[in-house]
Amino acid sequence: MANDLSIAHGTAHAHRPAPAGGPLVTPVTVVLAALSLAAAGVLIARLFLGLGAVSNINDGYPWGIWIVYDVLIGTAFACGGYAMAILAYVMNKGEYHPMVRPALLASMFGYTLAAVSLFFDLGRWWNFWHIFAPKYAQVNSVMFELAVCVSAYVLVMWIEFAPAFLDKLGLAAVKKKLSKVLFFMVALGVLLPTMHQSSMGSMLVVFGNQIHPLWRSGWLLPLLFLMTAVMLGFCAVIFEATLSAVGFKRRLETPIVGRVCDVLWGLVVVYMVLRFGDLIFRGALGAAFALNTQAIAFWIETVLFVIPVVMLAGKPARRQPGKLFVGAVLLMVGGMVHRINAFLVGYMTGDGWNYFPSFTELTVTIGLIAFEILAYIVIVRRFPVLPAEPAAAH
Amino acid sequence: MDRRSFFKSAGAAVAAGAAACPAQARDNKPMPPDAVGLLFDSTLCVGCKACVAACKQANDMPPEIHTQDALWDTPLDLSGKTLNVIKVYKHGELKAKDQEENGWAFVKKSCLHCVDASCVSACPVKAMKKDDKTGVVSHDKNACIGCRYCVAACPFGVPRFTYDLAIPQISKCQLCTHRWPDGHYAACAEVCPTGSTLFGKVSDLKAEIARRKALKPGEATTYPRGRLGGPDWSYPGVAAKYVDHVYGEKELGGTQMLMLSGVSFKKLGYPDLPETSFASQSETLQQSLYGGLVLPIAFLGGLTWVAKRNVKDDDETADGGSNGQ
Repeated sequence: MANDLSIAHGTAHAHRPAPAGGPLVTPVTVVLAALSLAAAGVLIARLFLGLGAVSNINDGYPWGIWIVYDVLIGTAFACGGYAMAILAYVMNKGEYHPMVRPALLASMFGYTLAAVSLFFDLGRWWNFWHIFAPKYAQVNSVMFELAVCVSAYVLVMWIEFAPAFLDKLGLAAVKKKLSKVLFFMVALGVLLPTMHQSSMGSMLVVFGNQIHPLWRSGWLLPLLFLMTAVMLGFCAVIFEATLSAVGFKRRLETPIVGRVCDVLWGLVVVYMVLRFGDLIFRGALGAAFALNTQAIAFWIETVLFVIPVVMLAGKPARRQPGKLFVGAVLLMVGGMVHRINAFLVGYMTGDGWNYFPSFTELTVTIGLIAFEILAYIVIVRRFPVLPAEPAAAH
Repeated sequence: MDRRSFFKSAGAAVAAGAAACPAQARDNKPMPPDAVGLLFDSTLCVGCKACVAACKQANDMPPEIHTQDALWDTPLDLSGKTLNVIKVYKHGELKAKDQEENGWAFVKKSCLHCVDASCVSACPVKAMKKDDKTGVVSHDKNACIGCRYCVAACPFGVPRFTYDLAIPQISKCQLCTHRWPDGHYAACAEVCPTGSTLFGKVSDLKAEIARRKALKPGEATTYPRGRLGGPDWSYPGVAAKYVDHVYGEKELGGTQMLMLSGVSFKKLGYPDLPETSFASQSETLQQSLYGGLVLPIAFLGGLTWVAKRNVKDDDETADGGSNGQ
């Protein structure tokens, strides 16, 4: 164990985070800023004109992509910080420490913007504080648990990430104090996503048989959603590490990313066994062979999980940057399709209802993603997030 | 701290938590003692829609226009502006009323006031409530945050939302509780000319259902109107032929609107539902995981212990803790 630790810390030391440097105004950041502004415009219009004026949600599909993509999928993509914290601190794999801070940054933005989206999606947003007022708390509601845990986690992540800002702002004293309680924030940072990511599955239970049998997994739902959240977290880490390497012209740390993928691959295999085991056990697999939208959507989802499993089987495959990236992207799309299927395609509320996002609805979702990337670029260039490297292009 | 000892300690914490907090499986909620509700008998409904108009008036709801000349209120379904609507089932040549083949039948759509309501269980802020005594499921817009989980959760598509308003709200039937103090009751029942919609205590409604089911089809009988236990507004009629299913008797643990019909309820747009409520399933799951916060606290305890060791180790060796995580 001692030997293990010294290796781990040696790595951590060599990879002290430093600002990546580089220009803030580039064609990419300008486009991202424009998209962000467009989203802000729609959100302001939404406040004055109502949800119906900018979105296609209706009483048959009361939740559109602002919930299903921005919140349910966006936070799963933002589970990188959570997934890496499990590896680095719970499993105590020191070698992953350099990857924690960038992952945490992406998570922080993903979650913060999910919370923003959720806020604007609330019809009676001025009452949002009722969630935190004991007078109104309805503790049996899955939505209550979800809202409280997501909000708390956003706060925890900003505190967890604060050292990077404090470094830059020269608030060493504050940082020292904070570092004394940081372990507790790390613990909370693992507990809270475990709770609310599993609750996203639990959320479907009260919908009963409005959910198509292919996604109506009962007690297994919280576990399945928790597993996909961790998976998507690892995928997002691989995705971000690759893009950062290309975008900031840095070296990709293939061995360490590959080891993340080892864990990911095992997780996906276990998930697939559980997923299909449940379908067979409930006798629901037959529904996958019907000729309807749900069955087709199910197979698209399944194929997006199976291809990466096959592609990344065997360690050598998991040490090739290209395969790692493609596999991670496919799994991210698969995880996205899974959540869209469970909450929209497989949500069957009766005949005559349709939903497809409106242009303005998509503008907000795309704009929030753009803002997330923009903020990531700005912060990484100016604050110590990515591990320093001697040959880094400053 | 290695992985094995972590799992050992975490496992012990979880086991302790599980022992202290046996899964609090919850059954369907029971019918409230003074439950009131509606009896809708599809065979008596003539489709006059007086109840739709009365509901609008009693609840001060705006009209919904769906005809070109815009002469009258023509709601097509429940909506943010319509709490009660009469729909028609039609098949083939429309030869006879209350006949599934080549016939037609009317059906009422409004809140069923479930005994164990999904909307109440879903609501995060106690805006959707079920009265302890009368069982009326009511909505408090001042508490509501507009998340629409109730809209999504209701298996009958009852709570609706006004998406077109900047200050929107959830709309649903509340059995006209605001009219009770004046001696009135659900407006739909009060105006129904045939007694197709009846208001009353659920126990009385159930007795009336039993009486009707015991009659021989075609036999002479009388039908009450308005409110059971109220003034006698009954009139002579002929016993109807019903399908052998009282909708709302067992569905999801029971509802306080009960229905009789000559055609199957599926044809009338009421889904087949199990007897175990979805609310009880959801709450059993939530309580097993979060009851008394035992499991989360135990898990947090384990995580804190592990994190304290691992995070501290990191700080000490990473040169002044610039890694800081």
